[in-house]
Amino acid sequence: MQIVEEVLCYHCSQSCDDDIISIDEKCFCCHGCQLVFEILEENNLCDYYALDKKPGISLRHVSGESYSYLDEPTIQRKLLEINLKSLARVSFYVPAVHCISCIWLLENLQKLGKGVLRSEVNFSRKQVTIDFNPETISLSEIACLLASLGYAPQINLGDKREQQNTSTNQLIIKLTVAGFCFGNIMLLSFPEYLGLDENDQQLRSLFSYLNILLALPVLLFSAQQYFIAAFRSFRQKQINIDVPIAIGLATLFLRSLYDILAQSGPGYLDSFSGLVFFLLIGRWFQSKTYESLAFDRDYKSYFPLAVNKWNNEEWKPVVVFELDAGDRIRIRNKEIIPADSILDSSEVFVDYSFVTGESKPIRAKKGDLIYAGGRLVGEPAILIIDKKTSQSHLTRLWNNAAFQKREESSYQKIIDLAARRFTWVVLALAVVTAIYWYVVDESQLWLIITSVLMVACPCALALAAPFTYGNMLRVFGKHGFYLKNADVIERLATIDAVVFDKTGTITQGAEQVKFLGILDDEELGWVKLLTSSSAHPLSNLITKSIAVSSSSTVTGFKEFIGKGVEGIIHGKEIRIGSSSFAHFDEKLADLTSNVFVSIDEQVRGYFQISATLRKPIASLLKQLQTKLIALLSGDNESDHERMSSIFPSNAILQFNQSPQDKLDFISALQQKGNRVMMIGDGLNDSGALKQSDVGIAVTDDTGIFTPACDAILKGEQIGLLNQFIQLSKSATTILKISFSISFFYNVIALAFAVSGHLTPLTAAILMPISSISVVGFSSLAVNYVAQSLPSELPNSARL
Amino acid sequence: MTIIILLISISLTIALIFLGAFIWSIRSGQYDDTYGPSVRMLFEDRKKKK
Repeated sequence: MQIVEEVLCYHCSQSCDDDIISIDEKCFCCHGCQLVFEILEENNLCDYYALDKKPGISLRHVSGESYSYLDEPTIQRKLLEINLKSLARVSFYVPAVHCISCIWLLENLQKLGKGVLRSEVNFSRKQVTIDFNPETISLSEIACLLASLGYAPQINLGDKREQQNTSTNQLIIKLTVAGFCFGNIMLLSFPEYLGLDENDQQLRSLFSYLNILLALPVLLFSAQQYFIAAFRSFRQKQINIDVPIAIGLATLFLRSLYDILAQSGPGYLDSFSGLVFFLLIGRWFQSKTYESLAFDRDYKSYFPLAVNKWNNEEWKPVVVFELDAGDRIRIRNKEIIPADSILDSSEVFVDYSFVTGESKPIRAKKGDLIYAGGRLVGEPAILIIDKKTSQSHLTRLWNNAAFQKREESSYQKIIDLAARRFTWVVLALAVVTAIYWYVVDESQLWLIITSVLMVACPCALALAAPFTYGNMLRVFGKHGFYLKNADVIERLATIDAVVFDKTGTITQGAEQVKFLGILDDEELGWVKLLTSSSAHPLSNLITKSIAVSSSSTVTGFKEFIGKGVEGIIHGKEIRIGSSSFAHFDEKLADLTSNVFVSIDEQVRGYFQISATLRKPIASLLKQLQTKLIALLSGDNESDHERMSSIFPSNAILQFNQSPQDKLDFISALQQKGNRVMMIGDGLNDSGALKQSDVGIAVTDDTGIFTPACDAILKGEQIGLLNQFIQLSKSATTILKISFSISFFYNVIALAFAVSGHLTPLTAAILMPISSISVVGFSSLAVNYVAQSLPSELPNSARL
Repeated sequence: MTIIILLISISLTIALIFLGAFIWSIRSGQYDDTYGPSVRMLFEDRKKKK
């Protein structure tokens, strides 16, 4: 085969492996990329290529989805934010947005589409908001325009993004108020600490009353959630970290109020507001989320929104969830079949890789039952719905118990465990102190007890986890590993069994085609000529893999369904297809993925088609050897040999696994006491991902579906997985050291409190010092251990 | 004495105005996208050139 020097596409910067199209000395990998370039050039928008290095999105994998259903009024009502006669506004989620050029092009949309009034990109949410005039351009035309540029919008009718955003905003406002009050209270407390004269009594009380006034919003607004959480956990009879915090905050405030009103002291309001401020910083630090990634998806996101239904003598798009048994629908190439249905066309190929993991399309004949979730390959087909979408074979998986279990209930958080012990110790200490002072000096009793409860507030303890895990979360994110939240780190650290899916996880999406046998360039060209006339998926792969082309003509081209193709070129009869079709008699171990070639009844060799392994897999498996390793594949056994050669000998390899089998396998491991990590990519893994302790979805591309999971990992970073697990372990160790530091300060403070020496000034110095040293230690330590990772991914390569 | 009370009330008022302004800026969504606007201001407007 000919090796072509690598030429990069001018538009999408990917290597042009097959046909190269060139215009004006610019090369393009496909007609899609060329088309985008031409559109941009025509409209004087070629700045697109100047702004960022890799702006274009390859159009090779675009499915050509139709958006005509967007013009249905029922759908429009859900999607449009403004819907007037001459003005409408829509927000599309466009996962392909990744650089400056994307923003620039999308905001110049009005130059490309007549009727678009204004468009604005929200980069962090990957969202494009478009104002348009519905009289000149329809919603479906806008969606098609975006798709033709490589920015296909992903449309989801039930969107919850907005809500999440307002809750982080609310937290920031709380933090702001606490910070504002903290600063001012500190300022007004300084004169007291520096020493006011006796004759400044008036000033002193003025400052104190102002302090109370400033502390009120902190108590009632900023610290609100701690009291609510403490009350809730009290009712559930489960002490978590919020209980001692709430007790500490309440005593701090009430004691200060008493001191000020009784004029016995300046109170501890600066410590109180400072504490709330630090605690909220911790919350905010931990609340880092990857807004543009979706971790919680159910099956509905996999199905198309609408399909064409035969209705009153014409095809009309209808919403999938309105389909009923008996409806006739038409599905086009690369569209997903939305419900279990019976085929009414003569023959189609269905790619079930989403549902089963089996990577090769399956042939279905007229009258066959086709399951929902399959992707049609080839000619459009007519289907008759057998069951409604919600009752289909695939969606039944979601009724499994794994999908109903409450989040985070199965494991005990380290922090709550520590808090519980801490609370009991403090309460015991308070009782002992109370008895001691009751005997020694009864008048001091209440002051001492409140002091003990005040300093027992585990502020530094509460900060240790958010900062350690929050920092680790950011480190992981910079290396292409996105966790749903910081709690996942804790579970990640305890993993002792790793289960892999095969297709898409161990192997990469792209198929590798290798020819074994003897064919010269001319003959290869003939093979290509024949395969390019066939629509069979295997033919397409072979066509793509051959670089040479032939100008000969084919006579007598015949396609035998399920067998192969035949044709005569230059008087030679060429047959390409299954072993029996090409008269190949030898038995090969893995017959399913081979395509044989014979010329004039003489077998010349075969094409071996297999998915490429991800490069770092072999070394990753070696690193993971101390853990239990398993492979669960929905595919047939054809890859067994290759897999057993890279997996360690004690690994469990299982093939022909249905989604339910995978889920059962994981729960069986868990029953044996293993902590299981599942790594998968498709809908067929979603049950297993949900059931496992840590479910990781692997993805290569922005915008490709990821099933519901705890973490999303970029495919190229899979080799770092073991290091990620090691780092999570280090994070847990760092957390424990931070806990000891925080306890150390608490012991010092308690010593002051128990002996009755806790003045407002000591409290005001001790509390911030303990918080700052814990935060400083955990941040520095995390960054130190993270140095073992290779360099960070550049911004544009992140999801 | 009076001057201190006056100064404190003025400083608190000003600080409260800034606090209000900040809360307003969060509520109005100015922090929703921190990357987009920073590059948007650098785009040249071609229409004016022509």
